[in-house]
Amino acid sequence: MGLHEQLEELKTKSLKEISRTDGLKNLEDIRVNVLGKKGPLTEILRGMRDIPKEERPKVGELSNHVRDNIVTAIDEKKAELEKAHIAKKLESETIDVTLPGKPVTQGQPHVIQQIIDNIEDLFLGMGYQVIQGPEVETDKYNFEMLNLPKDHPARDMQDTFYITDEILMRSQTSPVQARTMEKHDFSKGPLKMISPGVVYRRDTDDATHSHQFHQVEGLVIDKNITMTDLKGTLEVLAKELFGDRFEVRLRPSYFPFTEPSVEADVTCFNCMGKGCSVCKQTGWIEVLGAGMVHPNVLRMAGVDSKVYGGFAFGLGPDRFAMLRYGVDDIRNFYQNDVRFLTQFSKKG
Amino acid sequence: MKVSYKWLKEYFDLDVEPKVLAEKIERTAVEVDQVTRAEDGLKKIIVGYTLDVRPHPNSDHLNICQVEVGEDEPIQIVCGAPNVAKGQYVIVALHGARIKDNVKIKRSKMRGEQSNGMICALQEIGFDEKVVPKVYVNGIYVFPEDSGVKPGEPVYSYLGMDDDVIDTSVTPNRGDLFSMDGNAYEIGAIYDKKLTLNHRQLKTVDETDNIDDLLKVKIDAPDDVLAYQMGIVKNVTIAPSPFWLQVRLMTAGVRPINNVVDITNYIMLKYGQPLHAFDYDKLSAKEIHVGYSPDQTKFVTLDGEERSLKATDLMIKDGDKNIAMAGVMGGLDTEIDDHTHTVVIESAIFDPIKVRKTARYHVLHSEASMRFERGINPATVTEALHEALELAAQFGDGKAVKDQITAVKPNPQAVEVTLDLTRINHVLGTQLSVDEVTKILERLQFTVQVTDETFVVTVPARRWDIHIPADILEEIARIYGYDNLPSTLPTGSTTIGRLTTSQQVIRGVRSILQGSGLNQAMSYGLTTAQKAKLFMMQSSEETKLDFPMSLDHAVLRMNLISGLLDDVAYNVARKEANVALYEQGRVFYRTDGTDRPTEVEHLAGAITGSLETKNWYGKEAPVDFYQLKGIVDLLLHDLNFEESISYVASKEYPEMHPGRTADIYLGDKVIGFMGQVHPQVAKQFKIPETYVFELDLQAILDAPKKIQHYDPISKYPAITRDVALLIDQKVSNTEIVAALQAASNRHLEKIQLFDVYAGKHIPEGKKSVAYTLTYRDKHNTLTEEEVNKEFEQAIESLKKAFKVEIR
Ligand SMILES: [Zn+2]
Repeated sequence: MGLHEQLEELKTKSLKEISRTDGLKNLEDIRVNVLGKKGPLTEILRGMRDIPKEERPKVGELSNHVRDNIVTAIDEKKAELEKAHIAKKLESETIDVTLPGKPVTQGQPHVIQQIIDNIEDLFLGMGYQVIQGPEVETDKYNFEMLNLPKDHPARDMQDTFYITDEILMRSQTSPVQARTMEKHDFSKGPLKMISPGVVYRRDTDDATHSHQFHQVEGLVIDKNITMTDLKGTLEVLAKELFGDRFEVRLRPSYFPFTEPSVEADVTCFNCMGKGCSVCKQTGWIEVLGAGMVHPNVLRMAGVDSKVYGGFAFGLGPDRFAMLRYGVDDIRNFYQNDVRFLTQFSKKG
Repeated sequence: MKVSYKWLKEYFDLDVEPKVLAEKIERTAVEVDQVTRAEDGLKKIIVGYTLDVRPHPNSDHLNICQVEVGEDEPIQIVCGAPNVAKGQYVIVALHGARIKDNVKIKRSKMRGEQSNGMICALQEIGFDEKVVPKVYVNGIYVFPEDSGVKPGEPVYSYLGMDDDVIDTSVTPNRGDLFSMDGNAYEIGAIYDKKLTLNHRQLKTVDETDNIDDLLKVKIDAPDDVLAYQMGIVKNVTIAPSPFWLQVRLMTAGVRPINNVVDITNYIMLKYGQPLHAFDYDKLSAKEIHVGYSPDQTKFVTLDGEERSLKATDLMIKDGDKNIAMAGVMGGLDTEIDDHTHTVVIESAIFDPIKVRKTARYHVLHSEASMRFERGINPATVTEALHEALELAAQFGDGKAVKDQITAVKPNPQAVEVTLDLTRINHVLGTQLSVDEVTKILERLQFTVQVTDETFVVTVPARRWDIHIPADILEEIARIYGYDNLPSTLPTGSTTIGRLTTSQQVIRGVRSILQGSGLNQAMSYGLTTAQKAKLFMMQSSEETKLDFPMSLDHAVLRMNLISGLLDDVAYNVARKEANVALYEQGRVFYRTDGTDRPTEVEHLAGAITGSLETKNWYGKEAPVDFYQLKGIVDLLLHDLNFEESISYVASKEYPEMHPGRTADIYLGDKVIGFMGQVHPQVAKQFKIPETYVFELDLQAILDAPKKIQHYDPISKYPAITRDVALLIDQKVSNTEIVAALQAASNRHLEKIQLFDVYAGKHIPEGKKSVAYTLTYRDKHNTLTEEEVNKEFEQAIESLKKAFKVEIR
């Protein structure tokens, strides 16, 4: 048998053997046996000495070809076997992907905080500052500076906790208006502020009353502020908090510190304006009080009411939260039941 | 105020649906609570006439009545009312009728006798017991002779139940809307209608007497009496009022009593002028004084209550004897009764603040006091008195004395307000013309003089709430309609809206605590005296409410933890074992001698149970000191203080576990504490093992922060050495670390504790602790020799400081 035949036979035999192999170890054995220094290919190539010089390149080419064929076959087989091996291993590693993930606990901001943050962010975007005031106030700032002299009947609208005759738990966030106006340097530009915080009223706690709740006060004072600016601002606020489908309407009302005074209603959440028991069939829900700052309030804070004017509004985040989420008992906000607190995931 | 639609129609033609009118009132004037029509929901309720009434043979209280109901035959009704009698016009609910609360009336047998309906009390067809005439409260209602009722006809129109009542919620500034006249003016303005006032003149007079001979009036407190008039009607017969008046009062929510009292109430509803009627014969001195009585004088009011007067209560007196609390309530001794013959009627205006104080102090908020507090129209004090005298003379069949006493003359003053068109449009944001504004003001029946674009508005006395241009602006705005205003946003110079650094830090702090698994809680600022002073970080006087509503909320908190522990208890009681809460809010410290407390922002947290939810792959770890410390540390580390934070064991907090509590220091200042709640305190709160912290957030905000700069990351590798020590239990980690640091000067970068062990294989009173010390030279590669040398020095220093065995 010539070298040619020997090489061809080796190739056929090896390829067959390789294709039959089913283990990586066997495949390695084949590689060592066939291609190794003591293997048949080396053996055959030793016979090169015995053939004529001119045939040698041809045989050399063939032997390289056979070698390449075998190597390729081994590599391919190896890849195939490895793939099968990995598939088998991975198969054995299969888990139940529907089991719950390891919990990463995260606390929630209080739902009222969420509403306050929401309002703050909206007004920060419109160039307002956020200003806090004291919770223990003087009669002067809580009432008198707001055009509510002692024994004014409108004081009945908010029954107040007194500490002494002159010191009280603030019954509204409005005193921050007076405090801020007094300090503001109008030569440096307009005053635009909101003031969120806790307020207190003499009320017996029940499903709809709480002796403690929150308010957010808003105030803008400048040279050219109009009632239409108030209306527009309240519309932006309502749409931000409740959604674009909500309309705002203004109704006359009375607050001693604003004139004209209005109450703002928004479309009823429950019936979207059709009329239901929640809105007493009106299609509207009262959400806040507002108005143009009373000249007396400006004057008492040392602001020239002939030059400056503006609007103020006040709203209750507790009430907003009750309306927005259908919370039926205000005490929920202050009992801090974790099953309640964790219901309101912070959106966006 | 309950505004009757039928009554309104006496002022002008009103062709608006009552509900539409109510909506319009709400949009233009004051809030409307509800619009009701009493007959709504009722069915088959008619007038009956009792032809015959006989006792029921099988009952000691039932009667069998034959009742004419406008049909061919009378019907038989069994009735249990004590006042049913033959010959009465009554309210009958027929078979198939619907009465109050949608109760259906059916034909039935009562103790063997057929009953084909029910004879009703007013309450049974929906009247509030408070308005039912006293004689009919405990029985069926009987129509009076002058009612003109006919058997078989529905009762509704007779009883005013087909009227629509618009119940308005009057704001404190609109006292004028506590009268029908005032409402008519308002609605006239809304619909641009001229109204007709039906004020009766005084005609039924007797010329013989001179009033000054009958009665004298002296005003002892002239500052508090703005108007005071009295008139007298003689030979009055006290009787029920005419039926129409009784119905009118009931519709307005007022109980009919007798003709004289009803007249005073009617006039009050019509004019908004409260009146008071005295029995002339019960006055002994015949000299009225308006003034004060000594403190604690006893006085029995109309309702039979004995009151102890304050020296500041303005009183009406007969000689020295008190006969009425001015503007609030009359006295029992001089009230009108069935035998009254001569009536004195008072029409006055008292100082609103006086009335308010007296009403508040005695908790006597009457229809009269409510009106006096909000103001009275000075223009109709006399007119109201005249009409009252005339009606009393007519209804009581008597005569009024021709003159009246005017002790203080009413002083109706029109107010002049000047404003210009530019101002109006500037504030309202409108583009109204002179004509439009004039038209609106004229609808309100204000007199307007226009020069160029300036309006001089004369406001009648009946609108005493209007004084300044802003008040006129409101009138214009509301009549023009808020819906007609466009929407704009403020323009003008730009302002920067940003949170202050403190506000940003507070938001950051909240988000770290939330990220650590704590939910934000909001507790009450007012708490019990006992809880207010637990877990105190500094000494302070308590701040108490003057008149708390309850002892649960009587004192301002001086800590946040106690509120959180209440919350933990609330949750634990509801089987929520895992509770992790934080609160950010104020505490109130007060120093002796000051009234007003200082408000300090605090931050506190409480955890109990586990921070992990129950899971399937491992046991949930219960919370402990170190878990909470990890959270606190994360929080404080994030604040990037210039000074360093340290924890020092403390036994100073009586409410805390003495062996598991640490003061938290920033530099050498305590800014808070943390640890386990004392088991006995936990027991009082009814809570399990709970860990808490409280921090002075204000101090944290105020503390200097590090200026941040880039720290180059070293290219050179670190070398570590581990050391395990057997050391006395009592030696703290801080002490060991300090000793290690003391000797390791140059290259020690970090000391990391990685094991603490006591118990088996460790001698009693000892513990095994292990640390990894990391060395690095930022600018060179460290050699083993350098590290070994430093490490050995550290160990030596440790050995010098403590009895320690290196393992
Ligand atoms: Zn609705």
